[in-house]
Amino acid sequence: MGEPGTKEVLRLEDLEAAGNIHTGRKHVLSVLVENKPGVLTRVAGLFARRGFNIGTLAVGPTEDESISRITITLDGASHPIDQVTKQLHKLVNVIKIRDLEPEETIAREMALFKISADGVSRAEIMQLADIFRGRIIDVSSRTVTVELTGTADKIEGFESMVRQFGLVEMVRTGEIAIARGRSQT
Amino acid sequence: MRAVDAMMECLKAEGVDAVFGIPGGANLPTYDALYDAGIRSILCRHEQGAGHAAEGYAKASGRVGVALATSGPGATNLVTPIADAMLDSVPTVFITGQVRTDLLGTDGFQEADVMGITMPVIKHSFQVLDPREIPHMIHEAFHVARSGRPGPVLVDIPQDLSRADIPYDPSEAQKVDLPGYKNFAEGNAKQIRIAAKALANARRPILYVGGGVVNGNAAEELTELAVAGGFPVTCTLMGLGAFPGTHEQWVGMLGMHGTRTANYAMDNADLIVAIGARFDDRITGKMSEFAPRAKFVHIDIDPAEISKNVPAHIPIVGDTKLILPKLTAEYRALEADRARMDEWWQQLRRWQEEWPLKFEGPKDGDIPPQRMIQALYSVTGGEAILTSDVGQHQMWTAQHFHFTKPRRWINSGGLGTMGFGLPSAIGAKVAQPDELVVCVAGDGSLVMTCQELATAVEHDVDVKVFIMNNGYLGMVRQWQELFWDKRYSSVDMGSSPDWVKLAEAFGARGMRVDQDADVEDAMREAIGHEGPVVLDVRVRKEENCYPMIPAGAAARDMVG
Repeated sequence: MGEPGTKEVLRLEDLEAAGNIHTGRKHVLSVLVENKPGVLTRVAGLFARRGFNIGTLAVGPTEDESISRITITLDGASHPIDQVTKQLHKLVNVIKIRDLEPEETIAREMALFKISADGVSRAEIMQLADIFRGRIIDVSSRTVTVELTGTADKIEGFESMVRQFGLVEMVRTGEIAIARGRSQT
Repeated sequence: MRAVDAMMECLKAEGVDAVFGIPGGANLPTYDALYDAGIRSILCRHEQGAGHAAEGYAKASGRVGVALATSGPGATNLVTPIADAMLDSVPTVFITGQVRTDLLGTDGFQEADVMGITMPVIKHSFQVLDPREIPHMIHEAFHVARSGRPGPVLVDIPQDLSRADIPYDPSEAQKVDLPGYKNFAEGNAKQIRIAAKALANARRPILYVGGGVVNGNAAEELTELAVAGGFPVTCTLMGLGAFPGTHEQWVGMLGMHGTRTANYAMDNADLIVAIGARFDDRITGKMSEFAPRAKFVHIDIDPAEISKNVPAHIPIVGDTKLILPKLTAEYRALEADRARMDEWWQQLRRWQEEWPLKFEGPKDGDIPPQRMIQALYSVTGGEAILTSDVGQHQMWTAQHFHFTKPRRWINSGGLGTMGFGLPSAIGAKVAQPDELVVCVAGDGSLVMTCQELATAVEHDVDVKVFIMNNGYLGMVRQWQELFWDKRYSSVDMGSSPDWVKLAEAFGARGMRVDQDADVEDAMREAIGHEGPVVLDVRVRKEENCYPMIPAGAAARDMVG
């Protein structure tokens, strides 16, 4: 792409093509950080500066109260991800980062679905919830609310099944992940 | 003890003998403590000046530079020096006042979220939330600023907390507790051995040296490696002085305005050993055609630099000062035959003969800008610390002044901050009072921070400011001439200000010279004068800085 100082006029299509680097596989980054104010801003800012759109983000305490874990999912070709993890390592409050391999990782998220339900469809929705091992946690005269835990795929599967009834609202936590077997995340 | 008094003790324990800054409402307690702390307080005339002075102090001495500012506008004025120190890896600590804790986040008077504003351009920052943390945070700030890849660190202290009475235990305060902060030092022994072998096998090697060798105080170690192997050496703008510019193995600076020999050498090399350098776009030119025949050894203290721009075949992460002697020893042990590089040296010598730096000499007694730098070199014998602003004068100084020692060339490389020269010269002179410090200024740049002349005069900081005055924003004019059909849009600075009068208004001496024959004498007189001098050197107006890799072109396509 043209140097800032040259006269060449840049076409919008070329600019878009040059910026189009978010095409790789999904990545799950597990980041251990010091439990201090402002740390999440530093981590999130680093992604924003490189034009990464964070897919999901989950933050919570760990077994050690001075340390929190941030789990981030995002799309990216492997090279830019590599740059971002190296830059993350440079943040003074970041203790450890793992780019989790999908086959060696168990990832789960929770979602709440508020679905339109009249008398007829209510039974059908309850049946679907049963198949997906979801739980009905609230019922009103016009809606049913379902709690579901599982992989992102499973949650998206359920979402596509219940859309036909009218999805009033959906809330997802974002994935959390842990390494399989004895190895540490 | 008041928290601010404890802070002064911490600064002294860190070896701070001078700080640069301006007091205001939110850092009144800090300045009250500074009043009789035994630390020299340099009152600057703008916080940007204070920040660049702290950088100049750090670059000239290798010690951590400190700048103080109040909240709000004081703090936001530090943003440019912070970003500058980040891009050039300058060890600096910035201590800002902040509004009282009960006003935080309420848009209180002179409140700005300086933590948030500086976050993308800073190595690390500390917001004080408990006054007992202040001594500890000051020491951690210095530790982070100077260790690993150096950089700027901010400590933001709400006014009420800085007045608190706190317990202070010096040894407890100095314990660093940063579990996530790790640095690499030693360098992997196996990688070093592989790099030595690659050097021993290379027929067309070159050492490509950056500011990391200056920062790492590894100039001697670098020279030893270069001499042991008889390798050609080129430096980046930031690396100048890491290797003697008068040495027979020196092939000149590389990059956009580097020598043809250095750039052609990169283009033809079979092995490039990058040492504390980061393959900036001003070095590589067109990336897809950069050094197509070379394998890369990349030695850097920052793992994030490895393979960032150019894939490294042999990466070595660590401190140049520790790695270079090991690499030299491993290389010596291989007893490589120097004759393998004979052809390479013959080629380099041919390029040097064919493409020396050249320019048209004086016409009707006018002063070619390059001549001004040659005159400065001849007058000083190379024995001076030079600072500069950003633009043509910076490039001509880099080309024509032969730096023989590190920490003698202080300029803004990464951020390219106009106005950097004068305040950084003040900082350098405060750090190294026995050295001659000359700011080679651009007329477009100097006007941005010329208020610091008052600082120099008031504090008896004897800096010499030699303006390369061509009445233009010269580098921009050059680009408009070469690439934008000579449409000179807003680059003519006219003849204002009258620099002699301006210097005198600030209480400095003002001088002017416009004949080539008088330049050296005028410089001698300025240097001989006791106290700050501004020498307005009226150089040829429309001279272009060559050679040049045109934007987006490859090194082999240099022009001029």
